[in-house]
Amino acid sequence: MKRLYSFYTALFAAILLLASCSKDPVEPSYDQNALAPLSVEFDNIVGGQKLVLNTGAYTNALGQEYNIQLLQYFISNIQVGKADGTTYTVNPDSSYFLIRQDEPGTRFAHVRVPEGNYTSLTFTLGVDSLRSTMEVGKRTGVLDPGAGSGMYWGWNSGYIFFKMEGISPQAPSDPTGQHKFRYHIGGFGGYSTPTINNIKTIRIDLTSRGIAQVRKDRSANIHLMADISKVLSGSTNVSFAANPQVMFIDYSVNIANNYAGMFVHDHTEN
Amino acid sequence: MLECLCTIILKTDPMNRKHFIVTTVLILLVFACSRDLPGTHKPEAFEGFRQPGNFPAPAYHFETNPVTKEGFELGRKLFYETRLSRNNTISCGSCHIQSSAFTQHGHDVSHGIDDRLGSRNTPPVMNLAWSPLFMWDGGIFDLDLQPVAPITTHEEMDETVANVVAKLQQAPEYRTLFQKAFGNDQISTGNLMKALSQFMLLCVSSRSKYDSVMRREGTAAFTSEEAAGYTLVVQKCGGCHKEPLFTDGSFRNNGLDTGTNKDPGRYAVTLRPEDRYKFKVPSLRNLAYTAPYMHDGRFYTLDAVLDHYTKGVQAAPGLDPLLTGNGAPGIPLTAGERDQVRAFLSTLNDRAFITDRLLAEQ
Repeated sequence: MKRLYSFYTALFAAILLLASCSKDPVEPSYDQNALAPLSVEFDNIVGGQKLVLNTGAYTNALGQEYNIQLLQYFISNIQVGKADGTTYTVNPDSSYFLIRQDEPGTRFAHVRVPEGNYTSLTFTLGVDSLRSTMEVGKRTGVLDPGAGSGMYWGWNSGYIFFKMEGISPQAPSDPTGQHKFRYHIGGFGGYSTPTINNIKTIRIDLTSRGIAQVRKDRSANIHLMADISKVLSGSTNVSFAANPQVMFIDYSVNIANNYAGMFVHDHTEN
Repeated sequence: MLECLCTIILKTDPMNRKHFIVTTVLILLVFACSRDLPGTHKPEAFEGFRQPGNFPAPAYHFETNPVTKEGFELGRKLFYETRLSRNNTISCGSCHIQSSAFTQHGHDVSHGIDDRLGSRNTPPVMNLAWSPLFMWDGGIFDLDLQPVAPITTHEEMDETVANVVAKLQQAPEYRTLFQKAFGNDQISTGNLMKALSQFMLLCVSSRSKYDSVMRREGTAAFTSEEAAGYTLVVQKCGGCHKEPLFTDGSFRNNGLDTGTNKDPGRYAVTLRPEDRYKFKVPSLRNLAYTAPYMHDGRFYTLDAVLDHYTKGVQAAPGLDPLLTGNGAPGIPLTAGERDQVRAFLSTLNDRAFITDRLLAEQ
C-alpha cells in the first residue's frame, strides 16, 4: 500500500513536471486595470532588401526600376487576441500611429494591454470613418488636420492612409520635369455619398513565429516586416508608366488591395 | 400709472401719505439715476448666434463649438489676419470681401497669393450655419475643417496649418485672445478652426426686404412686380433654389458646357459617374453684390445667367431633370416675366449684411 502511495506521488510529480515543460508558459492572473506595455514594430523592407530612402534601388514585378523618396502610413485600432478567442482592443484615444520612414522612432506603435499571452494581432491600415469625421477638437497628435505630415486632404475632408513617392525612369515626365510616381491612398467610404473605402483590416497570426507574452515588468515587441514591394504587386501589378499618379481615383482600390497583404510577422521579442 | 399712484396717496392718512410720497420720490430718483440718459445709445450686447424667424434649424453642430463673444471676436480677427497666408500678404477677407457679400467681386476664378489663379469662383461666406456640405463640389463636410482648404491650397494661401499655428503662437496678443476664448493659450488646430467657424456662423444674411416681408415686419410688402416675380421664382426656380435660403444644398448639372478645364465637379469627391459636372446650387441671395456667377464665374451679369436658363442650357447627359424642359431644355421666360423675376431677386439683396460693422475688419 505504501509502495502504491509513493507510485501515485511519483506519477503526480511527473505529470506536474510534464505540465511545467509545456511550450506555452502559464498565464499569470492579471488586473484588467493594470495594463502592461506592448509594441508593434513596422519594419519596412522591399522584397529581400532593406528599405533605404532615396539611395535604395528596386525593381517592381514589371521590371521597372524605382527608388522611394517618401513613405508613410497610418496604423490604427490595434487589437490583440488570445488562444481562447478573447480579444482586447486598445483604447481608441491612444491607438493611432503614423509610421514614417524618415523618422525611425515612429516605426514602433506603443500601446498598453492587459498582461497575458497573445496569439493574434489585428490592426487597421488607415483611419476609420468615425475618427475621419470626428469633431476637430478631438483630432490631436498624428490626426491633427493641420499636422505638417501631409496626410490630410483639405479639399476632400479625410486622411491619406498610405503615401509613397519616388522616382522611376519608366514614369512619364511630370510638369516639374521629374519622372516621379506619387501614390496617395485614402478614402474612408464617403461622408454623405458612399464612395471608395480603402481602409484595410489586417489580422496577423502570432502562433508560428512567437506569441506575445505581455507582462508588467517586460516590454514585448511584435516585429512585423512590411514588404513595400507588395504595394506594387499582389492582386494588381502596378506600372509606373501607366499609373504614375494615383490619388483619389478608382484605381487606388487596387493599390489598397495590394498593401493589405504586405505585412508578415517575423518574430516577437518578449 | 400716475392715476393709480394718486389714488393710493389720496386714500392713505396724512402721516402715511407723507412717508409714501417721500419713498416714491426716492424710488423715482433712483430710476432717474439710471445710466441710460435720453439721447445716448448703449452699445449693443453680443447676441451670439440668432436663428432668424423665417429660417429652418441650422445644420451646424453648435454643441461642440458654442459661439461666444470672445470666440467670435477672435474668429473675426483671424478672418482678417494675413498671417494665415505663406508670406503674410492675404487674409480670408482678401478674397471674401464683405461689401461683395464675402465674395471676390469681379474675379471669375479665385485670385490668390502671388497673383495665382484658382479654377473656381470664390463662393460667399453667407448662411454657412445651414450648409451641410461646403465648396462647389461638397468635398468638405464640416465648417470646422473648411479653412484647411484655402490655407493650404497652392493658388490661395499656400501655407500649412501647422505654420499658421506656429506664427500665431509667437504673437502674445493671440495667446491672450485664445486664452480668453478657449481657456488655453496653447494654440491648436482645433481652436483655430473653431474660432474661424464662430465668425463665419454669424455671417447670416437674413435682413433683406424678402425676409422682412416673410416675417411680416412693420409695413414691409412686395410691389406687384416683386410679388409676381416671387411666384415665378418659387414655381420655376424653387426646385433647386429653395426658400428661405434659396438653395437646397444639392449638387446639380445646370446645363453649362463643360468649359475648357472640364472641371468634373462633385465627381472628384464621390467618383460616381452620375455626379460628373454637378456643382452645388448657389443661393440667390445678394446677387447684386456677388457677380460673376457660376462655379467658374463665366457670367458677369444676371442677364447672362437668365439668358443661359432661357436659351443656353445644353441637353447633355446628366442634365438636371428639372431643366430638361418641355420640348427644349431650360426655363422659358417671357420678357415681362424676366423683369418680374429680376424685381423679386433684388428683394434678396441684404444691405444690412454687407454693411454690418460686427462682421467688418475692426
